[in-house]
Amino acid sequence: MTGIEIDLDIYPDEASLVEALKSGDPEACACMIKQYAPRVYAIAIRMLNDPDDAEEVLQETFISACKNIKKFEERSALGTWLHRIATNAALMHLRKRKRREVSLDEPIETQGGDDVYREVQDWTFSPDDHAMNSEIRDILEKAIAELPETLRTVFVLREIEGYSTEETAQILGISVSAAKVRLHRARLRLRQLLSPYFT
Amino acid sequence: MISQHQHRHENDCQEVLSHLNDYIDGELSPELCMELEAHLAVCQDCRVVFDTLSKTLYLVHKLRESPPELPETVEYRLFAVMNLEQFVPKKRK
Ligand SMILES: [Zn+2]
Repeated sequence: MTGIEIDLDIYPDEASLVEALKSGDPEACACMIKQYAPRVYAIAIRMLNDPDDAEEVLQETFISACKNIKKFEERSALGTWLHRIATNAALMHLRKRKRREVSLDEPIETQGGDDVYREVQDWTFSPDDHAMNSEIRDILEKAIAELPETLRTVFVLREIEGYSTEETAQILGISVSAAKVRLHRARLRLRQLLSPYFT
Repeated sequence: MISQHQHRHENDCQEVLSHLNDYIDGELSPELCMELEAHLAVCQDCRVVFDTLSKTLYLVHKLRESPPELPETVEYRLFAVMNLEQFVPKKRK
């Protein structure tokens, strides 16, 4: 583990960590941050594609979590709760950004099948042969970052954060069918973006 | 006759493509599943799209298990914002 060193074993389980958080124990807060900040930052950076905005979301998430920890009812895991706060904070940033940029929002272009077959060749690359090495990681992260925002948000929530299509639609305030269409396009687009690397 | 056949084939490909996501998500009806699989068996273009799409998603799902690294400076600033500086070592490294 890099960075600040915190003993994560002080609290034997999540219930005792949450209890300490509710009593305002700063050590518990440090523990929570050490444990969950990387995942929260990951959501933020993938959704927003901007390190400064992602850092703001990271800070807002934990400020909000500490302020609202008493409302946390432990029906879900702490991590799930934090993810939800982070996702909402990231979406707020996207909306703010949109207002700032008026409407640079990329229209969802109709991408038919023609495009998909433009470079149909099989990949010599077989994922089974490769562990997730850092080169593939970087290529993937870059490709996801290149997706237009409307597609990227759906894709990140569904494929990386693991929300269901219904949950993703609900979080984004769009219909389930719209979420499906975007997911479909995002997947095909990503496949296309990766093609040059894997042929 | 040949052109008609060609045309029909392309239509099939479009159709397969439009169902590919539901297929991957296991949300396609058994009948459509069979149709799609029958097409994949004879159409290399569609099979390649399906294979590469599956590989893409396989890799993406692996990202879940390994979030990008939290930069040390970002972590330090977070601890500062949260008034948790007591846990930050005075001297770095
Ligand atoms: Zn086909």
